Amino acid sequence: MPDIFGMPVAVLLGQVLLGLINGSFYALLSLGLAIIFGMLNVINFAHGAFYMFGAFVTWMVMSWLGLSYWPALVVVPIVVGAFGAAIERLFLKRLYQVDHLYSLLFTFGLALVMEGLFRHVFGSAGKPYPVPQELTGVLKLGFMFLPVYRGWVIIAALLVCVATWLVIEKTRLGAYLRAATENPSLVQAFGINVPLMLTLTYGFCVGLAGFAGVLAAPIYQVSPGMGSNLIIIVFAVVVIGGMGSIGGAILTGLSLGVIEGLTKTFYPSASSIVIFIVMVIVLMLRPAGLFGREA
Amino acid sequence: MTDSRERRLELKGLHSWYGESHVLHGTTLHVNRGEVVTILGRNGAGKTTTMRTIMGIVRKRKGEARLDGHDLIATPPHKVARLGLGYVPEERGIFSSLNVAENLTLPPVVKSGGMGLDDIYELFPNLEGRDKTVGTRLSGGEQQMLAMARILRTGADFILLDEPTEGLAPVIVDEIAKALVKLKALGLTIILVEQNLKFATASADRHYVMDQGQVVDEFTNERLVSDMARINAHLGV
Repeated sequence: MPDIFGMPVAVLLGQVLLGLINGSFYALLSLGLAIIFGMLNVINFAHGAFYMFGAFVTWMVMSWLGLSYWPALVVVPIVVGAFGAAIERLFLKRLYQVDHLYSLLFTFGLALVMEGLFRHVFGSAGKPYPVPQELTGVLKLGFMFLPVYRGWVIIAALLVCVATWLVIEKTRLGAYLRAATENPSLVQAFGINVPLMLTLTYGFCVGLAGFAGVLAAPIYQVSPGMGSNLIIIVFAVVVIGGMGSIGGAILTGLSLGVIEGLTKTFYPSASSIVIFIVMVIVLMLRPAGLFGREA
Repeated sequence: MTDSRERRLELKGLHSWYGESHVLHGTTLHVNRGEVVTILGRNGAGKTTTMRTIMGIVRKRKGEARLDGHDLIATPPHKVARLGLGYVPEERGIFSSLNVAENLTLPPVVKSGGMGLDDIYELFPNLEGRDKTVGTRLSGGEQQMLAMARILRTGADFILLDEPTEGLAPVIVDEIAKALVKLKALGLTIILVEQNLKFATASADRHYVMDQGQVVDEFTNERLVSDMARINAHLGV
């Protein structure tokens, strides 16, 4: 195979694929963050903790209840989402009337509490989770060997992202959501129960983070710190894509994963900061983000 | 007066607040079935706030507000529409992230007897064939028509219309006036906030004048038309 900038194409394609895997997680998480910010005006710092929670619940239902990966893929997002909905009802709801800073501080505190609690109970080291039997092995792609499970992560994350985007952009429920984002009191005056919609939206987005947690369990160590490692990058992704833009969050998540992957090949030492460099450049040129609407 | 007719809306000593700012100071008025009643008054008199208080958009309120015997103060905001109240706000409230079709079908149907799409396009021909257009790309007049049309579709039979002619060209104002006459003929009950007296007197039965959050005068339409000096004194024109 030919070289590009001194790199064999095979290596490049391999990095693109690996980048897409990270990008899948960025997309799933930043999608939820973007919807929550758009609808609830909450900067949800607890999103990484919910992702970690999802991975731990996956591990717990396997170790304690013997529930395997596939049922966990359905059950865990529901459990995590229900937990999120309860948090919204009990706490966040009371903060909508006051400055955004309060909900930011609340979710930040919640993230610290959750992380600390799991560290206290399970230790920092992390728990191993096996790749499900059906998804073991590797795919020979010609230019690389792709573990089947990692291919599955990309497909599953993409499907869920696209389905969420379709629901929001193309359905009646999505029209309610979009309208309530713009003018909640008018939508309420039309007879739609906006507070309930906010609770369900928050629950759903937290459920998405839980889903990402299930997907992550067999790849990354299930550990209390896994969420806070990721959340800062995911926030950068949301800022780059444009706060509140759904499609933008998905596309930006995937492409930044790829950019990060490519940086690893060309200049590995920059790979952990490349996303933030992109963020700085985007903020200077388009403060509303790539897909955000200029105010 | 028209008191022999069935009372639909009854406001008695209604107060409301935006945060700390006390806006309605004991507003009292009533609207009978099938009436078109206007609220006139200077800017800041509390006309829009009266509508927003009735709809429950302004939450901090005291006093009595009843629609068909239902206590509006005790009704949660998302259930007010179910009583048959439809609100067409001053700023029109067309959603920019929704196309025309989505804007039109956004408010859920609350009562049977709402207009079908054919009736709506007959009333407002400009809206036909615009389904995929972004709501806020319509002209101001078309946005006003859309804001009215989406309420008429729901079957709401008591409509709050806030300054429907504001900022519109005379041709469009005429079209909206015609629509209003048709709606009245259909038996809808309407409260109209309006600055344009010619438009207000074309279809209204009665007029209230508000000042500083209170109703300060009331006219039948005949009286208003024959005694423009009195209303002009109130409005300061």
